[in-house]
Amino acid sequence: MVDVTDKAQKYRSVAYYSGCALEGSGNGYDVSTRAIAKELGLALKDVTNWNCCGAMEVKNIDPKIQTYLSSRVLSNAVHLDGADVVMAPCNGCYHNLKKAEYELTHDPKAKEVVDKLSTKAGHETYQAGQAETIHALDWIKATIGEEGLRQRTKGRLAGLKVANYYGCMYVRPRHIFPEKDKGAGSESTSKPHFMDDLLAAAGAENVDFPLKTACCGGAHTLSDADTSTKLVLNILQAAEASGAEVIATECPTCHTGLEMHQVRAEKRFGKKTTVKMMYFTQLLGLALGIGPRKLGIHTNISDSRDLIIQKQLA
Amino acid sequence: MPIHEKSLIRPENIKTHDKLVIEGVDVSGHWSTFIEPRVVTDYNEQLEDEISAFPGGDKIHRCFQCGSCTNACTINAIEPRFNPRYWIYLIRTGMEQELLRDKDIIWQCISCHKCTHICPRDVEPEGVMKATALWLEAKGHAPKSPSHIFDDEFSRQVIERGKIEDTEVLHKFLVKTKQPLMQDWLTAIAWGIAKRLPVKWGIKMGFAQIFKPKTRGWAKARAAIEDYIHEEDDKRKQVLAGGPKQDQKLHPKLEAAE
Repeated sequence: MVDVTDKAQKYRSVAYYSGCALEGSGNGYDVSTRAIAKELGLALKDVTNWNCCGAMEVKNIDPKIQTYLSSRVLSNAVHLDGADVVMAPCNGCYHNLKKAEYELTHDPKAKEVVDKLSTKAGHETYQAGQAETIHALDWIKATIGEEGLRQRTKGRLAGLKVANYYGCMYVRPRHIFPEKDKGAGSESTSKPHFMDDLLAAAGAENVDFPLKTACCGGAHTLSDADTSTKLVLNILQAAEASGAEVIATECPTCHTGLEMHQVRAEKRFGKKTTVKMMYFTQLLGLALGIGPRKLGIHTNISDSRDLIIQKQLA
Repeated sequence: MPIHEKSLIRPENIKTHDKLVIEGVDVSGHWSTFIEPRVVTDYNEQLEDEISAFPGGDKIHRCFQCGSCTNACTINAIEPRFNPRYWIYLIRTGMEQELLRDKDIIWQCISCHKCTHICPRDVEPEGVMKATALWLEAKGHAPKSPSHIFDDEFSRQVIERGKIEDTEVLHKFLVKTKQPLMQDWLTAIAWGIAKRLPVKWGIKMGFAQIFKPKTRGWAKARAAIEDYIHEEDDKRKQVLAGGPKQDQKLHPKLEAAE
């Protein structure tokens, strides 16, 4: 097991896997992640020739294809970029890479398929254990940590009430996250807290939010829109009832799902909610004094520009 | 929260009469509810094998009916008919006709993995849900679900180019499901962003329509994936077309009677 000081050093330079969503509708997350990396002196090297991880859709065609897609990304990071840590800000990508790691360790059939496809595709087969996949939360937590953030942000988020929403892919199923639920210092799959910890260190007030890992219906956000709107409305109303002004997110699909269905809930069901969605990297960026445009805040569907002016963050 | 278990008693077979006397015995009211018997003979003994042949369904045989999956299920919380434990029971006992009574909602599994997380037997119920949804379509019991149309379009872009482009996925999905592009909520969102963004963003979005994001050096990976899909499809067709498993032998007494 890599100890704390090791990780603090190791994660300072990582292979960066943005994924498709961060290039498109989740661009605010990408822009803000890169901005805070620059501000904090952390190196990001984009994975060469990366491909889609398969998201939530390819596994329904065939889970082994999704395993292959994820393993190709890991293979490129290891063999083309010489990396041993891959950092993914998107829950979907993070989950899929972790899942591929698990299958390649435990399922000989998956290993066989990945080997066959990698050979045919003309690249090295990724072997389990060659790289460690981490989420953007793990990345900031280990390198800068709460103490580092306290020093650099001087509690600038004070007065901001935040509900921290983690979604499904960051915590379930437990067996693909062997480093979670390991006691003090580790993340929890039932009550995740890394984002809470980082934002609290920057001065934010984390409200008691019961739906941290509730499903937003993201996988069916368009194909079963009514179900997604119901699930999202639950989350938005619970956040508001807990007193939140902002829902902090760490996944582009959850984030845009919450935003889009906030609009749809008002249009179709007449239920209005006013809580704003912001990526945790945008909140940390503001706390570090980076301007909102550089953090892509104007590209979020839910318009939080007035709120951040009111909170003297811009 | 109680574990939901759907009864095999069909609602229409439950009979209650407000005023009924049979041979001098008063059987009025709900305390004397009758259940009309029925006999089930149309089992599909291959059902578990058929579902196992679809991707994700191969661990269904591990289930011991604890019910944790249905208890944890996100969709069950908003639609009580959605019952993974019950459906797994029906599949394993070959009760195909019972399963088909819920064929219009099985595709709605949202892949939240609450079931996978909690299952003590590593059944991966979410995988079984997806496998069952595909099985329903392959056997012609259900039309292609909206989520399958979405998955197909998404996967098509990934397999073709290595990456997806958000607006293309949205646009093609709406077209394939014969929905209008101009829907109140979508236009509200688009307009809301358009008002705030600088011109260069609009140009960038326009460019993305022509120069779609793609992975360099993807051609061989594409060919490899497409070959794999064909091989798996062939294998599956054989399982669906086949009769009893080759190594299944009749009980000696039955064999003697044949």
